[in-house]
Amino acid sequence: MNNDLFADAARDVLADQCTPHVVRAIEAGGRTAEATTALWEQLEATGLADALLSEDDGGAGLGLGQVFGVLEQCGAHALPLPLGETMVARALLARAGVARPAGSITLARGERLADGGLRCALVRSGQVAGAVLVQTGTEWRLLGTGDAQGAAQALALDAALTWTAAQVQAAPAVEVNGALDARTLQAAVVAAQMAGALSSVFQRSLQYANERQQFGRPIGKFQAIQHQLAVMSEHVFAARMAAQLGCSGAGVLPDRLRVATAKARCSEAALVVAELAHAIHGAIGFTEEYDLQLFTRRLHAWRQTAGSEAYWYGVAGEALLDHPGMSLDIVRRITDVDAVL
Amino acid sequence: MSTLDSLTLTRIPAQDEALRAEVRAFLAEATRDIPAHIRARSWSGYSTEFSRRLAAKGWLGVTLPQEYGGGGRSAFTRYVLVEEFLNFGAPVGSHWIADRQSAPLILKFGTEAQKQFYIPRVCRGEAFFCIGMSEPNSGSDLASVKTRATPNDQGFVLNGQKIWTTNAHHCQYMIALVRTSGTPEDRHKGLSQVIVDLSLPGVTVRPIEDLSGDSHFCEVFFDNVQLGADALIGAEGQGWEQVTAELAFERSGPERLYSSIVLFDQWLQYVRTPEGRTDSARQLAGKVLTQLAPLRAMSVSVQEKLTQGASPIVEAALVKELGTTLEQMIPAAIAEDLFSRDAEDVPVELLQTLKYVTEASPSFSLRGGTRDILRGMIARGLGLR
Ligand SMILES: Cc1cc2nc3c(=O)[nH]c(=O)nc-3n(C[C@H](O)[C@H](O)[C@H](O)COP(=O)(O)OP(=O)(O)OC[C@H]3O[C@@H](n4cnc5c(N)ncnc54)[C@H](O)[C@@H]3O)c2cc1C
Repeated sequence: MNNDLFADAARDVLADQCTPHVVRAIEAGGRTAEATTALWEQLEATGLADALLSEDDGGAGLGLGQVFGVLEQCGAHALPLPLGETMVARALLARAGVARPAGSITLARGERLADGGLRCALVRSGQVAGAVLVQTGTEWRLLGTGDAQGAAQALALDAALTWTAAQVQAAPAVEVNGALDARTLQAAVVAAQMAGALSSVFQRSLQYANERQQFGRPIGKFQAIQHQLAVMSEHVFAARMAAQLGCSGAGVLPDRLRVATAKARCSEAALVVAELAHAIHGAIGFTEEYDLQLFTRRLHAWRQTAGSEAYWYGVAGEALLDHPGMSLDIVRRITDVDAVL
Repeated sequence: MSTLDSLTLTRIPAQDEALRAEVRAFLAEATRDIPAHIRARSWSGYSTEFSRRLAAKGWLGVTLPQEYGGGGRSAFTRYVLVEEFLNFGAPVGSHWIADRQSAPLILKFGTEAQKQFYIPRVCRGEAFFCIGMSEPNSGSDLASVKTRATPNDQGFVLNGQKIWTTNAHHCQYMIALVRTSGTPEDRHKGLSQVIVDLSLPGVTVRPIEDLSGDSHFCEVFFDNVQLGADALIGAEGQGWEQVTAELAFERSGPERLYSSIVLFDQWLQYVRTPEGRTDSARQLAGKVLTQLAPLRAMSVSVQEKLTQGASPIVEAALVKELGTTLEQMIPAAIAEDLFSRDAEDVPVELLQTLKYVTEASPSFSLRGGTRDILRGMIARGLGLR
């Protein structure tokens, strides 16, 4: 199965190259760090970033549903670079016939300034990406990050970016399907990554519970810890199913209601799973040097990306209220997905 | 953990979906005049007349072989039927257990004579079954059952007591888990399943009223009840294995997702009105939807595994645990919503439904195995015990 081959390729390169050491180096160093360039080159060499392009454009012609496994692996390794966003952005650029820049591309929403400039208050991965595909109302533009005026944002990888009128003028406009918005696209990608990170956190907690001894036996032998792990697994399981729904389908464009389900469910799971993981790990899990934090911090960051659960509850709730019949109709509309491949 | 990756998105096959429109049309008509607070009982409800109407449509025993009067259709056909029954709040309680568990159990483990005797009658809506597992001192610790069937020259003599037996007062038959050899200390060894005709001398059935005023579960006493040799189902001493297999079917089905759905839909109807529509209600609607949809996807996926003959015990436990948690969240959250409002002008029928579901909700995570027992099973599946 194609799907698994790509996921396996992603797992191999990430396990090898996106080590906890590298993740820390990229978080600390940003775009210009050696680790950032090196890891991106490794990823580029796999061809994964072009997987959503048609074969004519030099890609693999895959749909979002077929790269779910790749996105999941990005999350499972806490990849601090926007590979998923780049995959989607490159596909949109190719469809619009716009030349694709080298390097990574992230997605953001922006506003035009009175003087013709453009400002994005919050660019996820803005500190490490090479370019941003910005949506301003119905207009999309591709802007480089190197020459933007940047300001720090709350999370290490993010930035606020501003471009001058001249820079905006020079930037290519990108024709994008009018029904699409940057937030939905990003939420689909992020939810799939969250599914991977949730699974990593769970596996680490399970392993720790089997290893850590207190009172003369592994803590996993205590019923309270067993039940915490059971609850974690339930959330991890459900979130992964939801994330798969969010990416389902053969095309590149996700379905907004399914994305609402995916992002809301994964964000909800992120809270519970991170909390239980830290409870199970005790004090060691709270240290910088222990790797658990790379994943739990990322889970919180992703929960705060492209709409939290409350935002997407609103979207899903609206769909439910607009439909006069049984809830089951909407549930089926979300879950009855044609198998991918 | 291997089971974690193993649930994949599955779509109910088109030939099974094809039945949905007809079922829906039938149910819309058949349940139109039943008030919501009664429909909310659905599989806890009871109506032999309704069961016979479904039987006449060929919708009982739909998965059982045609040679025994069944429909010969796939488990997904039944999934579609049951999902529609529950969402309409159809009163399916009479035949529920016979259709879901007893007839499939007899088909799997019974003798040819047992199959020919019981299954056609289940499919016609004439034979209803109940499950005699729990006893006063054997709830979660089911292997400790004491009710004993002692072999004699005519078959077995049954003595002991069952409790919490749903619909025993309306059923002709019970499939009971009993000890046929050894002692309770032998645990899983020496347990068997027997079919008890509840009209036999020595059987006493006493309904128990629940906290909402309904009488659906019962105490059942056995005082020297003489059973024939043909009462034994499956092999002597294999009762535990048979029961475990039975429970996987019981746990992951649509009935673990939709116990509060009639209330939820009724509440949505109110929220859709200009007086009812608020931002926080919309949020709640979305929260429920975004939990329910992945759960349904999981439940369908577990069904697929069951269809392929796998025994997804851990996955089924996961679905039940998450499902009943959502089922219990719905009445609590709806109460919070309705009584956070300024207005007190909420439709009475909605409040009555809310009252019933609120009162019934503790049972959601008890029946079919408690929350703690399920978590223990999941932990075992994770290799922790
Ligand atoms: C509406 C309803 C319908 C039912 N219908 C039927 C029926 O048709 N047939 C039938 O046979 N039974 C039926 N039951 C019974 C049901 O299966 C039992 O209630 C259930 O198995 C729990 O047993 P118990 O009530 O004796 O509780 P107990 O086993 O006494 O448990 C009490 C509490 O202790 C906890 N506990 C027990 N053991 C452990 C453990 N090892 N680790 C952690 N916690 C533990 C439980 O989780 C629970 O919270 C029904 C119950 C209800 C509520």
